[in-house]
Amino acid sequence: MNQLKHVVPSIVAAFCLSAGVAMAGTLDDVKAKGFIQAGVNGDLFGFAKPDEKGVWKGLDVDTARAVAAAVFGDADKVKYTPLTAKTRFTALQSGEVDVLTRNATQTLSRDSSLGLNFAHVNFYDGQGFLVPKALGVKSAKELDGASVCVLPGTTTEQNVADYFRVQKLTMNPVVIENTAELSKAFFAGRCDCMTSDASQLAGIRAVAPNPSDYTILPEIISKEPLAPAVRHGDDQWLDIVNYSVLALIAAEEMGITSANVDEMLKSTDPSIQRFLGVTEGNGKALGLDEKWAYNIIKQVGNYAEVFERNVGTQTPLMIERGLNALWNNGGLMYSPPFK
Amino acid sequence: MQTTAPEKIPFFRDPTKLAIFYQFLTVLGVGLLSYYLISNTLANLERQSISTGFGFFDREAAFEIGESFIEYSAADSYGRALAVGFLNTLSVSFIGIILTVILGTFIGVARLSTNWLVAKLSAAYIEFFQDIPILLQLFFWYAFFYEILPSPRQALNPLPGLFLCNRGLIFGVPEWHSAFLYGGIAFLIGLIVVYFIKKWAAKRQAATGLIFPTAKVSVAILLGLPVLVWFLSGAPTAMNIPSLKGFNFKGGVSISPEFTALLLGLVLYTAAFVAEVVRAGIQSVSKGQKEAALSIGLRPGQVLNLVILPQALRVIVPPLTSQLLNLTKNSSLAVAIGYPDFVSVAGTTINQTGQAIEGVALIMIVYLIFSLSTSAYMNWYNKKIALVER
Repeated sequence: MNQLKHVVPSIVAAFCLSAGVAMAGTLDDVKAKGFIQAGVNGDLFGFAKPDEKGVWKGLDVDTARAVAAAVFGDADKVKYTPLTAKTRFTALQSGEVDVLTRNATQTLSRDSSLGLNFAHVNFYDGQGFLVPKALGVKSAKELDGASVCVLPGTTTEQNVADYFRVQKLTMNPVVIENTAELSKAFFAGRCDCMTSDASQLAGIRAVAPNPSDYTILPEIISKEPLAPAVRHGDDQWLDIVNYSVLALIAAEEMGITSANVDEMLKSTDPSIQRFLGVTEGNGKALGLDEKWAYNIIKQVGNYAEVFERNVGTQTPLMIERGLNALWNNGGLMYSPPFK
Repeated sequence: MQTTAPEKIPFFRDPTKLAIFYQFLTVLGVGLLSYYLISNTLANLERQSISTGFGFFDREAAFEIGESFIEYSAADSYGRALAVGFLNTLSVSFIGIILTVILGTFIGVARLSTNWLVAKLSAAYIEFFQDIPILLQLFFWYAFFYEILPSPRQALNPLPGLFLCNRGLIFGVPEWHSAFLYGGIAFLIGLIVVYFIKKWAAKRQAATGLIFPTAKVSVAILLGLPVLVWFLSGAPTAMNIPSLKGFNFKGGVSISPEFTALLLGLVLYTAAFVAEVVRAGIQSVSKGQKEAALSIGLRPGQVLNLVILPQALRVIVPPLTSQLLNLTKNSSLAVAIGYPDFVSVAGTTINQTGQAIEGVALIMIVYLIFSLSTSAYMNWYNKKIALVER
């Protein structure tokens, strides 16, 4: 029963909220049960989807694995809960998952009225339009009167409505909750275009019957900083998730990769020594093992490795680094010093 | 031995007082429990800085809805968006209920037919549609519409002004003219006239035994009066014909594939259950009744209308009510195939406002209203037909 998918967690949330939620001590809870419960997309190629052998793969999955490596020294100690766009925040609020790495856009209202805290962005995205090339449309401004396939329960619905209002165009949304069902309807021609985050569109295009028949229009109509989220009120856990993401970026800045991390242990650079825990202090400050960052890089890799492995130009998604390049390479990825 | 005065029984042995006492305790318990749950929920929400209340009703919804029976745009409020969803659920349920009752009765009667082929076909229909989960049927019908039908540019055009494509069924409608308003009023007046003719005919038949052709006269009045009015007010024939502009048809009226798939799925599925209910009802009337009615010279139509149905309906109506409630509730599966029903709109509202508890409470209240009003009507009807019994 599809509609239950979002009603049930909402009700569960209602009961959990009324029964009182354990506010602090996510780290202790996680350590006690021996694994991290991560909320992921589950259906989004390149971000979170099990491969044909049932192994979870993707950028969001690797982010959750980085947190597990930091906490347990073992990136495999993660269990995944696939969540729809609608259920994800409720699942986090109710304590069903410990961390939400589900291509969620950081916004003011989610940060405040939803009772969430966002860690550092792990992917800078923006909303775009996917159209069949046969439609002959070159710009989103030509989409007046179009039927638009929209995934519900995201900022997507609002962005596209705003865009069409500003451009004084009309649209006719078709809203289906399930990505796979929506894609099927779109490929069959139910809609003229499909709108979502550009990364997601790239993922959907990659599974099209014939990917080269579709193109993403140049207009990017929104800012979508995708970031992992945790519950309000547990600062220690927020720090851990935050610095797990930042460690990926910092390692890339310092040139540390999963291949050379053991060699780097012998580095004389004090910032690398601090980062890898040769000089102690960072781990204690976070309440983790001193080797936490070493474990992340050894088992998951740095941000460049994670990006190229999951969504980069060598993958079917063919996404350029763009905004997700390091700051000194024209992108936005920038890590504060690890000291 | 003298009887003692009843007030001498101690209160803890008096069943009436004890009953009141226990009821009081139960009410108190339920009250305290709900107070605990509500206050605790509010406190927890407060602590997690999640906003509460229905203040979001007036805020701008800022999302579009695919189809609507009232004027709606993204600039309208959440309250109006929810009203759109409410009307969408109402319309699909209402039309669905009417079609289901008609189709279900037809199949149920057909299953009892003496014609072997008709009876077996009806039985096969019932088994087939009853045994497949409704969600799968909805997916099937929806995929059927978007896979089979062509794009708007290659739309099928079987009749002038009528187009069929994967955007839906689009057809021309008469351009609005005050003649249609007058025609509608004439139809209502016709209804009242027919009501009185029926009363008068029944009275006359009771007094004189003469039968008045009520049905024919009623149809003549109901159709004739509006047509006459339409003719007198100028007989406007201007049509609003849809035409392909850009990506889609402009003008006319369109019925989306989502609506059609949902309606079709719900009707075909529920009608299978209704058919069984109808069959059971008819079979509950003993054969002797029919034979007796025929033997006193009633025609087969009269046997069904005057003897069998009044008795069968008493058996049919209660389980029919629950099937119709199921149809309304199953309409919430609309989210799976993209029809913007109440659950879908409320879901978007929940996501944008983050107020899941209020949203879910609203969904529950709305379905409760639908179900209670359907039950109320059916119970009233049940009572009315039950009076036939002596």
